[in-house]
Amino acid sequence: MADEQQQRQDGPVLELKDVSITFDRDKVLNGVSFVVQPGETRVLLGPAGGGKSVLMKLVNGLIKPDTGSIKVFGQEITTMTEAQLFEMRRRVGMVFQESALFDSMNVEDNVAYRLNEEGTATEEAHKRVQEALDFVELGKAITKFPAELSGGMRRRVSIARAIITKPDLILYDSPTGGLDPITSTTIVQLVVKQRDVSHTTALMITHRLQDAFVLATHRFDTDKNEMQPIPDHGVDENTKFLVLNGGKIVFDGSTLELTHSEDPWLKSYLS
Amino acid sequence: MPFASPSEFVKTNVIAVQDYSVLCARAIAALFSPPLYLGDIFSQMDAIGFGSLPITILAGFFTGCVLALQSATSLQQFGAISMTGRLVSLSMMKELGPVLTGLMVSGRNASGMASELGSMKVTEQIDAMRALGVDPIRKLVLPRVSATVFMLFFLTILSDAVGVAGGGLVSVFMLGLNGTSYFHSTYRALVYGDVVQGMMKPIFFGFIISTVGCYFGMSTKGGTQGVGKATTQGVGVSSGVMLVVDFLISRLTIGIFGR
Ligand SMILES: Nc1ncnc2c1ncn2[C@@H]1O[C@H](COP(=O)(O)OP(=O)(O)OP(=O)(O)O)[C@@H](O)[C@H]1O
Ligand SMILES: [Mg+2]
Repeated sequence: MADEQQQRQDGPVLELKDVSITFDRDKVLNGVSFVVQPGETRVLLGPAGGGKSVLMKLVNGLIKPDTGSIKVFGQEITTMTEAQLFEMRRRVGMVFQESALFDSMNVEDNVAYRLNEEGTATEEAHKRVQEALDFVELGKAITKFPAELSGGMRRRVSIARAIITKPDLILYDSPTGGLDPITSTTIVQLVVKQRDVSHTTALMITHRLQDAFVLATHRFDTDKNEMQPIPDHGVDENTKFLVLNGGKIVFDGSTLELTHSEDPWLKSYLS
Repeated sequence: MPFASPSEFVKTNVIAVQDYSVLCARAIAALFSPPLYLGDIFSQMDAIGFGSLPITILAGFFTGCVLALQSATSLQQFGAISMTGRLVSLSMMKELGPVLTGLMVSGRNASGMASELGSMKVTEQIDAMRALGVDPIRKLVLPRVSATVFMLFFLTILSDAVGVAGGGLVSVFMLGLNGTSYFHSTYRALVYGDVVQGMMKPIFFGFIISTVGCYFGMSTKGGTQGVGKATTQGVGVSSGVMLVVDFLISRLTIGIFGR
C-alpha cells in the first residue's frame, strides 16, 4: 500500500497512450499520447473544434475513449466503473469552458458543493468558501446567484469551486475565453498563483496565445501578492506546451522548443 | 431534415431503449445503497405531489360529474338509472382515475423534468456534477422517480374519491337520485380485483412518467432547441407508453380476477 502510494506520487500524474474517440463518424481524437509530470502546468493549444475540451473530459472520465489507455495518478481510468471514477475525481478539480455553475444555487452553495457533499460542518465549510472566494477576489459576491454575475466573475467562481478541496490535478478549460484582456490577466494570475504557491499539477486549455506566454514568462511573487515577469527573459520550467490539430498532437515540449519550432503550420499558428 | 436509412432508424431506437433501461436499472439500484438524498426527495414530493393537487382534483371531480350525467341518459333507456353510482365508481377506480391523473402529471411533470434536466445537460451542469463527485442519477433522477411513484399513488386515490363525490352531486341534485343508494351502490360495486387494479396502475404510471421524462432530459442534445424537443418528446412518449401499459395491466388483471 505504501509502495503504491509512493509510486502514485512519483510517477506521472497523467499518461495518455494512443487515445482515439469518434463522434458521429468524425474522428475527433486520433492516437493522442502524452505525459504530464507532477507539478507541471501543461498548456493545451489548438484551433477551435480541435478536440481540446473532449480531451479534457476524457481525462476526468466524463466520457470514455473508443481505444487507448488513460492513466490518472498511475491508475487506468478507462476500465473504471462510475463509482471508482468518483473516487479518482475527488483528487481532480475541473473548470468548464462555460463555467457550468449550478444556476439554482447561490455562489456559496456552488463553491461549497463538494464540501457539503462530504458532510463538512457548516461553519468550517463557510470559512473555506470565504477563503476560496478571497483567493479569486470575489469575497463580496458570496450571496449572489450565477445569473447576477458577469462572465469573468462566473469563471472565477468556477475556479474557486474547483480549488476548494485543494485537488492534486486541476483542469482549466479555456478559463480566459471571451474575456477582456484585464480580466484574462487576473485569471492567468490565479493560475500562476496556483502553480507557484500550491505547486498543483494542471492542464489548461487556452485560445489566447498571449495568455499562454504570460503564463510561461511570469512567476508569482508572494511578497507583492502579484505576478512578476521572470528576469532576463527567463521562462518557467514547469510550464510546458501541447498543440492539438485535427485530432493529433502536433507539438509536445517546452516553451523554448515551441517558439523555436521550424514546423510551418506551427509557425503560422503562432504568428 | 434528411430521411434516415431504415437500419439507422432501428439502430438509434434500439440504443435509446437500451439507454433507457440502463437509466431505470441504475435509478433502482441507487435506491438500495447510500447516499440517499432525502432532502431532494421531499422537495420533489412537494413540487410533484402538492403542486399537482389542484389540477388533479379539478380533473377528477368534473370527470366524475360528466360520467354520471352521460351514463344516466344511457342507463335510463334500460330503466337502470339506479346503476349510475356503480358505473361511476367502477370507471373512476379502474380506469379514469389512474389514467387522467397520470396524463395530468405527465403533462405537468414529465415536461418539467425533461426541460429541467435538459437545460442542466446542455449547460454542462450534469457533467459538472459528475466532476464534483455526485452521481446525477442519485441526485436528480432517483428523487424524481421515487417522488412521482409515491405521490401519483395518493393523487390517484384522491382523484377517485372526488370523482365519485362529483358523480354523487350530479346524481342527487341534477338527476334526482337518492344519495344513500348512490353511495351504497358505488361501494358495493367494487370488489378486491378492482381495487388491486386501480391501485397498481398509478405505481407503474408514476414510474413510466418520471423515468421517461428524466431519460429525455438526460439525453438532451443541441442547445435550447434540444431542450424544447426533449420536453415535447418526454410528454408524448410518457403518455403513449402509459396508455399502452394501461391496456396491458387491464388485460392482465382481467385474466387474473376475471373482471
Ligand atoms: N458530445 C458530443 N457529441 C458529438 N460531437 C461532439 C461532442 N463533443 C464534441 N464533439 C465534436 O468534437 C469536436 C471537438 O470538440 P471540442 O469541444 O473538443 O473542441 P475544442 O477544441 O474544445 O474547441 P473550442 O476551442 O472551440 O472550445 C467538435 O467537432 C465537436 O463537434
Ligand atoms: Mg472547448
